Amino acid sequence: MDLSYSDKELAFREEVRAFLKAELPSDLSDKVRAGATLSKQDHDRWHAILHARGWLAINWPKTFGGAEWNAVQRHIFEEECARAYAPRVVPFGLTMLGPVLQKFGSKEQQDHWLPRILNGADWWCQGYSEPGAGSDLASLKTSAVHDGDHYVVNGQKTWTTLGQYANMIFCLVRTDPGVKQQEGISFLLIDMETPGIKVRPIILLDGSAEVNEVWFTDVRVPVENLVGEENQGWTYAKYLLTHERTNIAGTGFSAAGLDALKRIARAEVAGGRPLIENPLFAARIARVEIELMAMEITNLRMISKAASGQAPGVESSMLKVKGTIIRQEINDLTRRAVGPYAMPFVSEAIEGDNAGIGPDYARPVARQYFNNRKISIYGGSNEIQREIIAKTAMRGQTG
Amino acid sequence: MNFELTEERRMLQDSLRRFLADKYTTQVRNQILDSTAGLSATIWSQMADLGVIGALLGEDKGGFGGTGFDITTVFEELGRAGVVEPFLDTAILGAGLIAELGTDDHAGILEDVMAGSVHLAFAHGEPTSRYDLNIVATTAQNRGDHYVLNGRKSVVVNAEAADHLVVSARTSGDVDDQNGILLFLVPSDADGLELNGYPLISGGRAAEIVMDGLVLPQDALLGSEGNGFDAIEKCVAMANVALIAEALGAMETAARLTLDYLGTRTQFGRPIGSFQVLAHRMADVFIELKQARSAVILAAGHLEADRVTRERHVSAAKHLIGRVGKLVAEESIQMHGGIAMTQEYELAHIAKRIVMIDHRFGDTDHHLERFIALGADQLAGRSGTAATTA
Ligand SMILES: Cc1cc2nc3c(=O)[nH]c(=O)nc-3n(C[C@H](O)[C@H](O)[C@H](O)COP(=O)(O)OP(=O)(O)OC[C@H]3O[C@@H](n4cnc5c(N)ncnc54)[C@H](O)[C@@H]3O)c2cc1C
Ligand SMILES: Cc1cc2nc3c(=O)[nH]c(=O)nc-3n(C[C@H](O)[C@H](O)[C@H](O)COP(=O)(O)OP(=O)(O)OC[C@H]3O[C@@H](n4cnc5c(N)ncnc54)[C@H](O)[C@@H]3O)c2cc1C
Repeated sequence: MDLSYSDKELAFREEVRAFLKAELPSDLSDKVRAGATLSKQDHDRWHAILHARGWLAINWPKTFGGAEWNAVQRHIFEEECARAYAPRVVPFGLTMLGPVLQKFGSKEQQDHWLPRILNGADWWCQGYSEPGAGSDLASLKTSAVHDGDHYVVNGQKTWTTLGQYANMIFCLVRTDPGVKQQEGISFLLIDMETPGIKVRPIILLDGSAEVNEVWFTDVRVPVENLVGEENQGWTYAKYLLTHERTNIAGTGFSAAGLDALKRIARAEVAGGRPLIENPLFAARIARVEIELMAMEITNLRMISKAASGQAPGVESSMLKVKGTIIRQEINDLTRRAVGPYAMPFVSEAIEGDNAGIGPDYARPVARQYFNNRKISIYGGSNEIQREIIAKTAMRGQTG
Repeated sequence: MNFELTEERRMLQDSLRRFLADKYTTQVRNQILDSTAGLSATIWSQMADLGVIGALLGEDKGGFGGTGFDITTVFEELGRAGVVEPFLDTAILGAGLIAELGTDDHAGILEDVMAGSVHLAFAHGEPTSRYDLNIVATTAQNRGDHYVLNGRKSVVVNAEAADHLVVSARTSGDVDDQNGILLFLVPSDADGLELNGYPLISGGRAAEIVMDGLVLPQDALLGSEGNGFDAIEKCVAMANVALIAEALGAMETAARLTLDYLGTRTQFGRPIGSFQVLAHRMADVFIELKQARSAVILAAGHLEADRVTRERHVSAAKHLIGRVGKLVAEESIQMHGGIAMTQEYELAHIAKRIVMIDHRFGDTDHHLERFIALGADQLAGRSGTAATTA
């Protein structure tokens, strides 16, 4: 057992810190810290800065222009980025589609699409969920019918995150309705500009417009946009999921959130003393901090297992459940910490005009609390993760 | 023992529930939420005609209710329908304080309030007072025939729509002294009063208020110098009882919506309610709702008790409702999946109201500490003052 990072890892952390200090634009980190909505331009800017340093595709092999970092390096990098309030790298192209194309895509697809992910030419979104297919993803109905050198796509996707910025969507579509659900699904790349596609924003309960509904009416997609083999899409989707679930514990976000919470609790006064000295509130903070300390080690244990070549299985489900519970608890405490000033709804639109509504730090916290209810729902809800954990445990395979 | 509502209250409950089910649809509510006024004048006057406001005021003030159970009957229905109109601010706080401290000269205002033609707001909280009722930094200088007020009030709900504000200020004492607090009736268009309004996360509107050399005539003072705090504490107790009843109604709606959803949403070829993990969590929600109703009844039944007994019951209930409210709101969202996250779906609004009730007049932690402190007072036989700041 050695609980400390190696000298090499520590040096790497220093390198990351120096990079963030020098290259992360302060107007961007200010926006992230303030909980403001990032524009497409904001995302593109950070994307380009990381790309220039060669630190964008941290999970890709070098042959495809990636950094090819091991799990520990990725963890350190993501943790430092979160703590520095760097914008979140949009995952759809980089951590989801990229690995699928590298493993299952044709040479032509790799040559065409992968560089475009890196240079930001394409913005990808994920077209999996449908109104009737959420947790039960395999019941999806959007159909793709072979017609000459095209597929004709009809159906509806929903919850498409940042689809309003995307020019490309990767979709799971049904190419064979006559077989067992999982066996008739294909993985298709679709240009959002194709006639017959309609995108409608869904406003979430905190007022944000980050997800969309996407309709397909007789959308013609060239057959060369099929990834891998027809009807094998489920296999690729499952492979993608294992990648979607990297950094799933989100300990960097929790650590940044805990720092912010303590800052706020130091500034707020309750009953004549700093809130952080209030025994009840201090106990609440301490409890979640203790959870996070253990979570960080849990995370590192899983990471070092992954770094030694073992595929993450049920571990990622455990990290997802516990990681989201901790993040949501921190969001909850932060909302409580600001007291009555959690009540105002300060939208992006009026933020400038209403500088006087409570302390700056109070403005986003209630919205973040409500918005982050999503993290235990999306990417496989916590109930689904627990099912996976329980099933594995029943087979005697949890370590 | 009899836990039935009286005949009159049951009729009020029925007519209010029917009216709101009919008129306060999700679509109407969403329109109100989107409007810049943050409330519907039509709904307001129709509800005033129904007697909703009168039911919140005692007979000696020209109303026909005003007890704890009148308040909970009305507010449970408001919560059930997710009403954003500021009945709390106008009828419980504003009118309550005027009724408590005002003279015969103020009877006209109360009549207008009951008729639905006058709005009120209670400007008490300040940027650093959080939930402590005794913290007032706003000053009032007595200049013989008039007062001059200086200070800031924060998150004053319904301030922009209000015709009059009930404003607290102090003439003496430290910033957290219970003594020395006075209440004034201030026309909202008075010179020296500046409002900066904004929408609230759970609907309705509030404002930050700056008073800079606000000159008030002697007769703007409500009651006499020195008795402000007791009246504030009493009316805030009523407000907290109203809020917990509202939360209860809203929680029942959240539970109903969730139960419906569990029965209709199918995944893996069956209703999601047939997954035992969700069924059991729904069962826990119902167990907690039973407890929540009891807490509301208990607090409502002690509103007229002596101070410590009253406040202890109020804090007990606000604590319990804060805990259960978070559970019900979060479980309802989780069990709905993505759909609960959407603005236009009724649950989103209901969940936000439940959670934000914890941010008015004391959250679950504040009231837990207060309950402990009041218990210590009671043990020591004090009707004392320590508990107010917890
Ligand atoms: C903000 C947000 C962003 C999203 N972004 C994307 C995106 O970019 N692309 C995309 O394709 N999708 C996206 N999703 C969709 C997300 O993956 C789904 O919401 C998720 O899979 C859950 O599906 P559902 O919402 O239909 O809930 P349902 O599957 O209907 O589940 C409802 C409830 O039932 C529970 N449940 C369901 N089945 C079981 C079971 N067998 N046992 C026990 N409990 C069960 C669930 O856990 C949940 O609590 C997003 C969702 C949100 C909220
Ligand atoms: C101190 C004590 C005194 C008792 N006194 C008496 C007595 O005087 N007379 C008498 O007749 N009996 C008595 N009992 C027996 C008691 O009624 C049983 O223990 C009880 O019915 C549970 O049965 P079990 O212990 O076999 O557990 P099981 O029924 O085997 O249950 C084991 C676990 O599985 C859970 N479980 C079972 N079925 C389901 C399901 N469908 N869904 C979800 N979870 C499930 C249970 O909740 C429990 O957690 C007593 C028991 C105790 C411990």
